[in-house]
Amino acid sequence: MNFKKKKLPPNRVAKWRFWAVVAVLLCVGAALAARMVYLTVFDRPFLLAQGNVRTLRVINIPAYRGMITDRNGQALAISTPVDAIWVNPKECHLSPSQIKTLAILLHLNPKDLNAHLQKNADHEFLYLKRQVDPAVAQRVKVLHIPGVYLKGEFRRYYPEGEVDAQLVGFTNIDDRGESGLELSYDQWLHGVPGKERVLKDRLGHVVEDIDRIRQPAPGHDLVLSIDQRIQYSAYRALKEAVARNKADSGSIVVLDSRTGEVLAMANVPSFNPNNRMDYDPATYRNRAMTDTFEPGSTLKTFMAANAIASGLYHPDSTVDTEPGYMFVNGWRVEDEHDNGVIDLTTIIQRSSNVGAAKITLSLPPASLPTLLQLSGFGQRVTDDFPGEVPGNFQAHRIWSPIALSTLSFGYGIAVTTLQLAAAYQMFANDGLKCNISLLRTNGSPKCRLIVSKSVAQQVKQVLQSVVEKGGTAPAARIANYHIAGKTGTARILGPHGYESNHHNSLFVGMAPATDPRIVIAIFIHDPRGKVYFGGDVAGPVFATVMSDALRILNVPPDDLPIPVPDTPPATTEVHHE
Amino acid sequence: MQDKHWQKDYPKGGLARRLHLDLPLLYGVFALAIVGLIILYSAANQNKAMVIQQTIRFAIAGVIMVVFAQISPKHYERWAPFIFIIGLFLLFATLLMGHIGKGAQRWLSLGVVRFQPSEIMKLGIPLILAWYFSSKPLPPRLKEIGIAGLLILVPVLLTAKQPDLGTALMLALSGAFVLLLAGMSWRLITVLAVLFFASLPLLWHFMHTYQRDRVLTFLSPERDPLGAGYHIIQSKIAIGSGGLTGQGWLQGTQAQLDFLPEHATDFIFSVCGQEFGLIGALVLLGLYLFITFRGLYIASQAQDTFSRLLASSLSLTFFFSMFVNVGMVSGLLPVVGIPLPLVSYGGTSMVTFFGFFGILMSIQTHRKLIGS
Repeated sequence: MNFKKKKLPPNRVAKWRFWAVVAVLLCVGAALAARMVYLTVFDRPFLLAQGNVRTLRVINIPAYRGMITDRNGQALAISTPVDAIWVNPKECHLSPSQIKTLAILLHLNPKDLNAHLQKNADHEFLYLKRQVDPAVAQRVKVLHIPGVYLKGEFRRYYPEGEVDAQLVGFTNIDDRGESGLELSYDQWLHGVPGKERVLKDRLGHVVEDIDRIRQPAPGHDLVLSIDQRIQYSAYRALKEAVARNKADSGSIVVLDSRTGEVLAMANVPSFNPNNRMDYDPATYRNRAMTDTFEPGSTLKTFMAANAIASGLYHPDSTVDTEPGYMFVNGWRVEDEHDNGVIDLTTIIQRSSNVGAAKITLSLPPASLPTLLQLSGFGQRVTDDFPGEVPGNFQAHRIWSPIALSTLSFGYGIAVTTLQLAAAYQMFANDGLKCNISLLRTNGSPKCRLIVSKSVAQQVKQVLQSVVEKGGTAPAARIANYHIAGKTGTARILGPHGYESNHHNSLFVGMAPATDPRIVIAIFIHDPRGKVYFGGDVAGPVFATVMSDALRILNVPPDDLPIPVPDTPPATTEVHHE
Repeated sequence: MQDKHWQKDYPKGGLARRLHLDLPLLYGVFALAIVGLIILYSAANQNKAMVIQQTIRFAIAGVIMVVFAQISPKHYERWAPFIFIIGLFLLFATLLMGHIGKGAQRWLSLGVVRFQPSEIMKLGIPLILAWYFSSKPLPPRLKEIGIAGLLILVPVLLTAKQPDLGTALMLALSGAFVLLLAGMSWRLITVLAVLFFASLPLLWHFMHTYQRDRVLTFLSPERDPLGAGYHIIQSKIAIGSGGLTGQGWLQGTQAQLDFLPEHATDFIFSVCGQEFGLIGALVLLGLYLFITFRGLYIASQAQDTFSRLLASSLSLTFFFSMFVNVGMVSGLLPVVGIPLPLVSYGGTSMVTFFGFFGILMSIQTHRKLIGS
């Protein structure tokens, strides 16, 4: 632009106006500086705390749950690290093909997965699948889908499955005990999760581990008293017997008679703790400790012990049981058939109710209930096993003659299989009743004397007759060992009194009878097959499990056939014939 | 016949004198650029590519500054109307066929280069007003002020329509500085100020919803901490948690963990505050003040009205760009999207400000040697 500048009058704008602008500018600068000072000095504690609230988080580090093993170190419950797959729905926008890939990897339905994501689109944390095999999780990870993450956790495996399912119990998905020993020893097994302070960014990613507030303390291992080899034998034999006799259920307890340790405890029906899809709560009960029943004739052993301990009876003291029945308070007590005049041993051997009642009624009324109480009936065996019941027995009530008579052959009292085994243990251990333990004990067991050694040995002697010829349980016999035991066949109490065709079949016994090492109690509920007598239903289970246990524990035989010196040794020629 | 300042600044008359460079201004700008790059590296989450890109922009802008410094103020005065008219034309063009970025139509594409014509106006308005008043007796009369007001209002309204309220505000400010320094009467200033505040409710009526939100948020950021108040709360946390000495370079959690939005551009000052603390923030403010005062000094030494008005306006525009940004991130002013000059990531405003510095240097170094 070309134009001539006109002559202008002198600029009359005051010079101080410029300096006023400079002053304003300085004031503005000062205001900014003052604002900075306010924010960084006076408002700092609040703003710093607000910043930390947004970025600092304390997260849990899962602790390794202790292993459960049998007494020899064989694993019954193991934790293995697995992964949980989770997504941040706000962060991830999965394409249909990505959803399909994920669904295939995680064995989910793509439609369900998509619906699940849509439904929770406003959430920031969503599990896709938990307890994923690490190999699968790795394949998900390498897809590098934004917003899809892994989180370490543990999965509990039970290598022995249904064999000790009810005893060991199981954990829930968050690694806490839900039942069985997993529950009662949860604190011991679980350990203490660690705590870590981390820096998280806006999307919740852990950017930096700042410090470990607490190291994770792994849980302790738990060593059970169980010998898994015996446990397996017990479970298999019981399962087979329950099936063969078309029974409802059954339980078995194997004790070390010298220490009170439980060597096996199995229940049928059982479940697979590794797969709880087919949830049937009835199979979850540890029946050996939670289910009670009237023990029937197995309680006659205590009648015999009471009689011998009174000093008034010996194993060969005779009682007249004619005519095979009697009346007490107007109630009829009867035997299967008339046994005539028999001694105490024969009363046990043939399981005579009349004999048991007559003997008990001749003794002080309080003596038998007191002995049963001392033997542990009516009380819990363990301190803390979940769901264990004390049974139903009150020693200090007034026992009418008929109540006392029926008590002597095992009615009017409810017991568990474990209680029964534990009570028999004292006869096997010279009258010393030991504390029952589900954990391996080291050193000397805590025991106390209930009956004298002499009484215990006489009871054992009497019990040996049961498996002999003429006894109720020849099927319980095993080669090369003397057996002492007692059968029980009790009618089941139904809604209208005792059922005539429903029974509980029992056998409790010990071996080797001359120096017992093992006590086994077997309870089979409601066998509906051809036979229902305890000796026929439970006896064979005893024989199988006991012979296995004796072999496994290397117990020397006490009933080897005495070699006859002049018998010619077998030769090869014999074979050639 | 020697000018004292000339002699003082360039005792030996070296390269700087031949290139028409003002050394104090150059040092200040250089220092600010270096500090800016250091902050940017951290604010960009250690993205080297962004830092390199910004360095290239500094280099290009530096060349433009040197070129501008070679042009005599006489030429600027002669071209002032053309620059203004071209700027106005481009603003219209933008409104008709501009690119839309982040919800606003601000960009115009010219082949390879995309730029915001409103940036040209940051230069255009001071130029046209300085040109206009340099041919009139000062202080101006009401009629002249009215014409000047119109020259300001048209580009301001065009920019506000894009909508780019922040830049429109800066354009209005840059024109207002010229009016103020040209000698507008205090009485008129008072009347206009009263009129402005009286018209605020009317302005409210014409505002977009998001703009209303910003004003409400400024008055009370906590009313919507996850929505409209989010930016300013995060920004205040960043500055406040920096304390006296800061959390250290690359250690500021708000930006590094992505809580602070726009932390490489509009909110970069908060990053500086958190990582370098109060001291760092004051040093940065000091650098801006130094450059501004050097500009005002150049204005005070200017030999004609055009140069004086232009230099003052450019210096004050630079300073107030910084003020609006820092005021915004520290919660002193409402949120308006204005970048921090020379520090925020981005090229357009940087080129404009380097143009300012080039013109300031030109004004300083093209003075006639007047006998004492």
